[in-house]
Amino acid sequence: MRTKKSTPYLFLAPYLILFVIFIIIPTIMAIGLSFTNYNAVQTPQFVGLTNYINLLTQDTIFLQYVLPNTILFAVIVGPVGYLLAFFLAWSLSQLTRLPRTILALIIYSPSMTMGVAMTVMWRVVFLGDQSGIANYALTQLGIITEPIVWMLNTNYIMPIVIIVALWSSMGVGFLAMLAGLLNINAELYEAGAIDGIRNRVQEVFYITIPSMKPQMLFGAVMAVVSAFQAGNIGVMLTGSNPTPQYAAQLMVNHIDDYGFTRYEMGYAAAVSVSLLGLIYAFSFIARKLFSSKDE
Amino acid sequence: MAVGGTKVNPKKFHKNQIPLYLYLVPIAIFMGAPIVYIINHAFKPMDELFAFPPRFFVSHPSLENFRNLFQTTADSSIPISRYIFNSLIVTLGVVFLSIVISTMAGFALSKMNFKLKGPVFEVNNIALMFVATAVTIPRYLTINALGILDTYLAHILPLIAMPVCLFLIKQFIDGVPNSLIEAAQLEGASAFTIYRKIIIPLTKPAIATGAILAFQSVWTNVETSNLFTSSEGIRTLPFYMNTLTSVGTVQGQGMAAAAALIMFVPNLLLFIVMQSSVMNTMAYSGIK
Repeated sequence: MRTKKSTPYLFLAPYLILFVIFIIIPTIMAIGLSFTNYNAVQTPQFVGLTNYINLLTQDTIFLQYVLPNTILFAVIVGPVGYLLAFFLAWSLSQLTRLPRTILALIIYSPSMTMGVAMTVMWRVVFLGDQSGIANYALTQLGIITEPIVWMLNTNYIMPIVIIVALWSSMGVGFLAMLAGLLNINAELYEAGAIDGIRNRVQEVFYITIPSMKPQMLFGAVMAVVSAFQAGNIGVMLTGSNPTPQYAAQLMVNHIDDYGFTRYEMGYAAAVSVSLLGLIYAFSFIARKLFSSKDE
Repeated sequence: MAVGGTKVNPKKFHKNQIPLYLYLVPIAIFMGAPIVYIINHAFKPMDELFAFPPRFFVSHPSLENFRNLFQTTADSSIPISRYIFNSLIVTLGVVFLSIVISTMAGFALSKMNFKLKGPVFEVNNIALMFVATAVTIPRYLTINALGILDTYLAHILPLIAMPVCLFLIKQFIDGVPNSLIEAAQLEGASAFTIYRKIIIPLTKPAIATGAILAFQSVWTNVETSNLFTSSEGIRTLPFYMNTLTSVGTVQGQGMAAAAALIMFVPNLLLFIVMQSSVMNTMAYSGIK
């Protein structure tokens, strides 16, 4: 539409101002702080790349626990969660309306429980004594004889965190893919059949995915973001940061540990910037895979 | 019909759908079970919380946990009603304001022409990947510099600009026919009138979706209370619930389950009411 030159900016201004203040500026500040030594009281001291060098060479906790944990967590919860979301959406799209809506609602609802509700739920399920439902069920099935203290046993913390994260990962991206699937023109499938597509697998790769690339990309970006954001699960479940013996320590927790427990803000900022960089790299790969811009 | 057998959005039940149910139903049970469990847990009286072997379902539902929850707060200096009041103000503030600014910005980005249009939308797309927890410290410094620490604004302002909201709303506004807007302009309608009379009514599904996303981001948010406020009287319900849940006693467990239910139910109801709007909006969610 035609407008005065100033009109678009007037409409954009409120969003843009808040966007700049609370998203752009903090990000730039984090980048700035990451090159300094800052304890939240004295003025930041410029130290160049020291923080990044320390992160990659000196920080044994980061190298030994945090980085491997984060990558393991992100790869399982990101791509695996994403494939699962697509597979579930694809299956649901072939059902009739009412059962589809009910099942989709149940599968989506865990993603609404992030935060307080989620913590309580899973803490109760994984109580460390006989009265915990997980322990009881496993004892009844004869798999274990002694109750497992889930939240203190370093062998189990990470798998539990991953299960909980996967459980709650069928969120906006899942809904977007389901909507995308439902909107594919049915004639495309018929045309595909004439062109010699013989089975469902071929259909998925030659018709379904190409016709919903934009939703696939949106879903992928959401999967990456929520995978990295879900980092608080471990701390919430075990009730401590760092998690017992760093068993489920992720980058998000490492940032809080350094920023708010040790007040090494500059160092924490360097970890933040690395985290944002990592998220961006993952999303960039997703874009390369699904972008439909140049077709 | 397609040879592959994929039939999208079928009208009738067909025996081809049985295999799908065979795995979708167990998965749905796995996804739903913890939620069903916590709902039952919240209504269990003390002896059932203690019961061994533990029971999944409640047999004599009682409101004991909810009573305990409210009684604990009656003894403390700040009653639970205060936390509820704070949560309502903050939640309504965030949902309302984020819808207003996202629809305005979405209108500009979708239907108006200006130099920075492309770059602004691109930056917003990149910001879809923004993870707020990664920049908590600079955010704290910003809020401190603005002088709004320990006020309602510290809860509200940081959460209003939601890149996902703007993105979904803008994509949806793209679907509003230009001819409608042009016709209104011919009759002398101003940009603001068009926004109010055409854009808002025609983007209701996207607004509902944005409202849900904003609601979810604020309703269970503990961070703003934890980090940006220091006086108890200004903190919100999820923060308070969180302090309860860290109590490890069995009584605490029952109260925590009750608290979890209170936090979860509004979320669920809102989504159920608006689910068809959400699905409608999601159809436009693609990133090209």
